[in-house]
Amino acid sequence: MIPAQFDYVRAGSLGEAVQELAADEDAKVLAGGQSLLPLLRLRLAYPSKLVDVGRLPELTGVHDRGDHVFIGAMATHDEVLRSGVVNADCPLVAQATATVADPAVRHRGTFGGSLAHCDPAGDLPAVVLALEGVFVARSAEGEREIPAAEFFVDYLESALGPGEVLVGVRLPKLGAGWGYHYEKFHRTAQSWATVGVAAAVKRSNGAIEEARIGLTNMGPTPVRARVVETALRGMQMGDDVRRACEEAAAGTSPPSDLHAQPDYRRHLARVLTHRAILHAAGSP
Amino acid sequence: MPRMAITVDGVKYEEEVEPRLLLVHLLRERLGKTGTPVGCDTSNCGACTVMLDGKSVKSCSVLAVQADGCDVVTIEGLGANGSMHPMQQAFHEEHALQCGYCTPGMVMAAIDLLRDNPDPSEDAIREGLEGNLCRCTGYCNIVRAVRRGAQEMGQAVRTS
Repeated sequence: MIPAQFDYVRAGSLGEAVQELAADEDAKVLAGGQSLLPLLRLRLAYPSKLVDVGRLPELTGVHDRGDHVFIGAMATHDEVLRSGVVNADCPLVAQATATVADPAVRHRGTFGGSLAHCDPAGDLPAVVLALEGVFVARSAEGEREIPAAEFFVDYLESALGPGEVLVGVRLPKLGAGWGYHYEKFHRTAQSWATVGVAAAVKRSNGAIEEARIGLTNMGPTPVRARVVETALRGMQMGDDVRRACEEAAAGTSPPSDLHAQPDYRRHLARVLTHRAILHAAGSP
Repeated sequence: MPRMAITVDGVKYEEEVEPRLLLVHLLRERLGKTGTPVGCDTSNCGACTVMLDGKSVKSCSVLAVQADGCDVVTIEGLGANGSMHPMQQAFHEEHALQCGYCTPGMVMAAIDLLRDNPDPSEDAIREGLEGNLCRCTGYCNIVRAVRRGAQEMGQAVRTS
């Protein structure tokens, strides 16, 4: 299908982009377009204007900032995958990004676009939530920071205001002792996650010192499996870990769709969380 | 309407386009490049894959205006002097198509895959082509064709 008509402006600067957005509440940001353009084609969205931020230099690149990595909102999935600092210091991001769609989509789709889109089946939100990243947003009023725990508000709804543009995301380098794994269950090669689990585990003297677990598609937003995280603290690897992961779906409200019903998603969350923890802890 | 400049298969064009015009429609309906088909319309099937500044993209999911100033190569721009590109020839030799609808996208995705990995394994080919669907062949001959195309292209580089 052909999208409905809209106006188009390619923003020449970040300032121009936020002005355009503030002036028209039905305007929408166009990043790589890999989620938005199919929505326009299916006539599920009718923006009055697209403000193209795809070429803004302020939003591009992956930057090593010492204690953290800053990924510009317009860095493509392909750039993120090729980034040395992401692979070295945020391997969980690289692992999850490698499962996003397919190579051609990863050439266009952006890190920031897929986060701001807030699709609960998207892989990156749970990862940024688990890593406790910080979103940096710009509006006419200036710049503000939004912790990951506050960024994902509801189904396809972020904490970004109507006149606000995501500049990028700060991801802390967790440092030595941490292991990571993204475990995704989906039915076909390029499809969205039925359920996904992003795990970061720190071990010391064999025991789990700290675990962070983000769940994909177990509710309208990504969620942390807090009950499991708490139970794992101080635990030795073994049968207890499997039992702790039985609580992975606690407090979640998984959706029902043609891929899975809620009870099956709860089952997946338990199984995939156990797998993710074993891999992240380095003893699969 | 926005004006845009675009190079397609080595030829420069300047066009006035509606913002909602998709790259694939620009290619097919304005520039006559009907070698690139429209498949699923929603970036699943990969039939419309072209190279945009040297990287594979699904041209149904790119606005024409987003390609302003860019260089596009379609399946029609691969051959030279009346002969097929080695990857096209390999698809022909290995019978890697039946209805042929997915073939332009398959060939473009295969060539893109070789940028990173000039000698891909069967697994790497299957992964590299995960965004391209074929409903006829069962993929076996496509994978064989990509292996063969890669070898031919490697050969071409070594002898040139």
